[in-house]
Amino acid sequence: MSWTIDEATLDSRLIMGTGGASSLSILEDSLRASATELTTVAIRRYDAEARDSVFALLDRLGIRILPNTAGCYTARDAILTAHLAREALDTNWVKLEVIADEDTLLPDPIELFRAAEELVLDGFTVFAYTNDDPALAKRLEDAGVAAVMPAGAPIGSGLGILNPHNIATIVSRAQVPIILDAGVGTASDAALAMELGCTAVLLASAVTRAHDAEAMARSMALAVEAGHLARHAGRIPKRPLALASSTFDGMLEPVPAGDYARESDPAPDVARAREVPRAHEVGQ
Amino acid sequence: MTAPITITLNGERRELAPATTALDLVADLTGKELGPDGSPTDGSRLGLAVAIDGTVVRRGQWSESVFADGHTVDVVTAVQGG
Repeated sequence: MSWTIDEATLDSRLIMGTGGASSLSILEDSLRASATELTTVAIRRYDAEARDSVFALLDRLGIRILPNTAGCYTARDAILTAHLAREALDTNWVKLEVIADEDTLLPDPIELFRAAEELVLDGFTVFAYTNDDPALAKRLEDAGVAAVMPAGAPIGSGLGILNPHNIATIVSRAQVPIILDAGVGTASDAALAMELGCTAVLLASAVTRAHDAEAMARSMALAVEAGHLARHAGRIPKRPLALASSTFDGMLEPVPAGDYARESDPAPDVARAREVPRAHEVGQ
Repeated sequence: MTAPITITLNGERRELAPATTALDLVADLTGKELGPDGSPTDGSRLGLAVAIDGTVVRRGQWSESVFADGHTVDVVTAVQGG
């Protein structure tokens, strides 16, 4: 069940975000229930009053930190944020996120690619949050990112995986881990991502904004595991018509049709059935 | 007595004594005693980074980084997100 990235081995294929939780205690319960080993944080100005101790919480839980560049609109801002994160959190890992506009929060492909190239050269292990575009995914991989993270749907939308075909295409051509990031609304979305061949799933809102965050975290852990198992179990091919799972050998002779005769029944039975008024004739 | 200098700290004007270093500022903001390498002497982790005019100052350089009048300084940390 484990996977490897940048020489680190992770047993859980569920990467959690910490955004959206209404309190740190709910976040802690959710993170424990998810059994995640890698969790994202954002980088913001220090506020001595706020005492936001998500850093201390993750440290205490022994969860590896994946800083992100959320909120950056340009390569320049994202690169500075990545460097600040590396210095603050002692990690080369960064979830690179360069958004185009605040309505969709979708990645700006041009700025994203520029930032990815430079951060790779600067020695970062780049997890690139990107559109579900197979061409861009390939270009990011060629630029040297450690993982490509296509969006299933816009961040926080809970719309699931809008283009499963594209995700499958990205997976089929990738040599690096593909991590579905964003759009997950419920457990079946996470399972589908894994069934499509993703290496892991990253989600936040689906858990942190759920009515019962802890229960949803547990369901996501199970869904990711179930989807991963299903992917590698060799699913049956889809077929247009049924294929009986019980043998027809040794069947009893069919009993004559009853009141609900069918055209395919033997002639004497059809004649008898015709004597019974049909539903649409009743009352006429 | 030399006049204080003014920097922009996290978007707000702030007066500092002349020759204040990044190490002095971080110690003041966090209320922690810091060693010359920028690490808290109590063994905890700060989880902070400092940038002056858009360039990151490595923790080991904080004690040698003296602020000048007009510097734009950002001190950042990890918060919930993503």
